[in-house]
Amino acid sequence: MTLKTFGLDQFGFLVFSLQWTILLTVIALVGGGLLGFAVALARTAHLKPVRIAAATYIQVIQGIPVLMILFLSYYGLSLAGFELPPLCAAGASMTIYASGYLAEIWRGCIQAVPKQQWEASESLAMTRLQQYRYVILPQAMRISLPPTVGFAVQVVKNTSITSIIGFVELARAGQLINNATFQPFRVFLAVAVLYFVVCYPLSQLSRLLERRLHAGSSR
Amino acid sequence: MTYTFQFGVLAQYQDQILHGIWLTIRISVLSIILGCAAGILLASVRSIWGGAVRLLVDAYVEIIRNTPFLVQLFIVYFGLPGLGMRVGADTAALIGMTINLAAYSTEIIRAGIEAVHKSQIEAGEALGFTRFQIYRHVIIVPAIAKVYPALCSQFVLMMLASSICSAISTQELAASAAFIESQTYRSFEIYIAVTLIYLALALALRAALALVGMWLFGRRVARRTMAALPEVQA
Repeated sequence: MTLKTFGLDQFGFLVFSLQWTILLTVIALVGGGLLGFAVALARTAHLKPVRIAAATYIQVIQGIPVLMILFLSYYGLSLAGFELPPLCAAGASMTIYASGYLAEIWRGCIQAVPKQQWEASESLAMTRLQQYRYVILPQAMRISLPPTVGFAVQVVKNTSITSIIGFVELARAGQLINNATFQPFRVFLAVAVLYFVVCYPLSQLSRLLERRLHAGSSR
Repeated sequence: MTYTFQFGVLAQYQDQILHGIWLTIRISVLSIILGCAAGILLASVRSIWGGAVRLLVDAYVEIIRNTPFLVQLFIVYFGLPGLGMRVGADTAALIGMTINLAAYSTEIIRAGIEAVHKSQIEAGEALGFTRFQIYRHVIIVPAIAKVYPALCSQFVLMMLASSICSAISTQELAASAAFIESQTYRSFEIYIAVTLIYLALALALRAALALVGMWLFGRRVARRTMAALPEVQA
């Protein structure tokens, strides 16, 4: 058997597998966004037990490795009797991981809205729901954009961990090609370049949004 | 669901778990010390020399921060032997973690240095400080005190990320878990137990870092360190 070398075909396979990385990132951000939003609201709720439960959830998720979340959802789902493809375990774990961090980011953004805004809207006889809908969340969303985009970079990078349970995304595709070509330096460098091509623009976008936000508020 | 949990099997593998915990602690502490020292050095060099050195340091920081830790480990562990440098799994893990943490530390400390007000430096000059004294007492120490909580959050994240080193066969805690799983098939029990151990390690590390912070910078910094959650670096 002759060894393949790392050529255009192999690079094409890497680029092709990038779509799974991106799909997983989108799942994590949408799922984690919904769950994280609920936790962020709970974290800023009136009832103390609700606040404590949300704070505990955030502390636990941020205090355990993403790899453990992945293993627990992988084995947990199969234990519960679901015969699911790795994509489901990967998507579930990335969702849980993202929710813990997004909840904390968004809590900060909700609390960054000045207290007077709450008082003013209350004096207009708005219900709590109306306060959130028309006064607080629109302002919090503006503040939350830069750190949320910044976190998306972390999610893209951390989807590589799902390769450990055999989900074929970019990092796993790199391993597969390395097994066929035995040119690890070239292969993983190419993998790193592809991740960089996705992550760097997002990082810069986050930085740009951050600068624009501060420019707006200092005027 | 008719599954019965059997945590009892874990007791037989106590040694494996303790061995894993010990290696996790060792590579984490070593990489924190080395990575933080490299971060201080690079952030300093970058702000003092500027020019091409600054460009190089910034490029290093951006490259590391925009690629996954797992891929960095692969390059160190599988890639370096191809260039004639043979490294073991533990050493590769340590190198990978240090390189990764150095980039994040540089970025955090850079922000601290840039937050030092110009008037502070002028005040130092007015007091007749030498350039080195100004650098030490006015810039670097207050800068690190300011970003110490953020730095510690990054250290905790690195300790948690050390679990990824199991993918290059470093026998740390996550690898111990995988080994016991392969022996007993009690996967769920094992990963619950190991997850709790990681949680305890994260809390203990944060408390230890807060103590160091108290010793170095006083009580206020220590309190902020305990309260800080991992910050997300853009």
